[in-house]
Amino acid sequence: MKHSPLQRLDLWARALSPFALTVLLILASVALVRSPEIAPVVPSLAMTAVFYWSVFRPDLLPPWAIFLLGLFQDLITGIPVGAGVLALLIVYFSVAAQRRFFSSASFFMLWVSFILIAAIASLPMWLAASFMLGRFVDPAPVLLQYLATIAVYPCLAWLFGHAQQAFLRTA
Amino acid sequence: MSKRAGHVLRLATPLKAWAQRFALFLLVGATFGLMMLGKADTVLIERARVAVTDAVAPMLDAASRPVSSFNAALENARELVHVREENARLRNQVTELSHWQQQARSLESENMVLRRLLNFAPEAGRSSLTARVIGDQSGVFRRSVLVNAGYGEGVRKGQPAMTGDGLAGRVAEVGQHSARVLLITDLNSRIPVFVGEARDRAILAGDNSSIAGLQYLAPGVHPPVGSRVVTSGQGGVFPPGLPVGVVSASNEQGIQVRPFVDWQHLEYLRLIDYELPGLLQSDGRAISEDGSQPSAVTDVIKN
Repeated sequence: MKHSPLQRLDLWARALSPFALTVLLILASVALVRSPEIAPVVPSLAMTAVFYWSVFRPDLLPPWAIFLLGLFQDLITGIPVGAGVLALLIVYFSVAAQRRFFSSASFFMLWVSFILIAAIASLPMWLAASFMLGRFVDPAPVLLQYLATIAVYPCLAWLFGHAQQAFLRTA
Repeated sequence: MSKRAGHVLRLATPLKAWAQRFALFLLVGATFGLMMLGKADTVLIERARVAVTDAVAPMLDAASRPVSSFNAALENARELVHVREENARLRNQVTELSHWQQQARSLESENMVLRRLLNFAPEAGRSSLTARVIGDQSGVFRRSVLVNAGYGEGVRKGQPAMTGDGLAGRVAEVGQHSARVLLITDLNSRIPVFVGEARDRAILAGDNSSIAGLQYLAPGVHPPVGSRVVTSGQGGVFPPGLPVGVVSASNEQGIQVRPFVDWQHLEYLRLIDYELPGLLQSDGRAISEDGSQPSAVTDVIKN
């Protein structure tokens, strides 16, 4: 199958959409100015995005891209650098280790898996951030963020599903 | 989609699995290296943060405009509901405040006379620059905001950031056209303050919640609830007397301070240039006098 240069550019741009969408989500989580009462409840949108694309299109979001996304997230949102990267890599490799299971899982099974994997990723993130900050960070906001993250998963999965339909049907 | 998944699975040869394991070790190793680097060389990480923030600042700036106007619209609707009560409350407040204003005026003139009597060294002049909040980094690990002014606009590291209500934080990182303001409620924020009328010295320490605590009060000092907390100016980072908050609870767990700043409406921040008055002012007014007479305070800062 031969493609013209323009078609190839189009395909290439479409293939970038998971990465670009995740960057936009990270930016959105900073752009919204919010009150300190709800600040800890802001979900980790990047984690949800990495989980989704690792399940459905791991070819478009390779581990090094996830590393870059994590680094960008940590630098822009003020998470101690490395802690957020670690969490995203854990999500990716947890999915990669069980690819056979995920390739045939239903939506509900995916959500349950995400609840488990997000927990496995959040704990090391909390420990690493506490190490970086030199003292134990209150675990309650971490737990709240985790709950918010797993709660928004269905909405974001719906959004990603539509993005996949719109941009990646042909790719 | 299923066709694609099957395709991927067929490709999962041992070679691919090995490559994946290699990537795992490499990237996790790099992550730990990054953490060690962040622990050892905070300046490098800070530079990276500043560069990234600067790069996305125009986007955040553009995005924050509709967000803040949306917030304002929401707030308007809410205010409209309570407009009657609000009016009554404000009337009361005006009567009360005009009394205070009279008192402040007479105290001010009295203060001026006394200062002249004592030949008091004048305080360093202050000028300020107002920047818009374009991003909020507040989350689990940090309390800080991004503003749309940086080195190019005259912002310097360490400048206090105020709202109309009181002290909000201090400039922690400065990029070319953006800066990060560490809020006084951040885990890493430590500000020398005076508490109450007795002006007891203490350190205001944040803990990532919306209130802050007081540390290192002299033993036996128990400021009552409602005591005002103002900056003391010790260490020369902040000008003295900036309003910070009031003591909201005082018990065995410690003393808590509720900041004056309304965190829900953190839209503009006034960054105060205390160290070098006048650099920000183009017309140079009110500088020559203060600048040419180096007071004790400015000397401390410059050293």
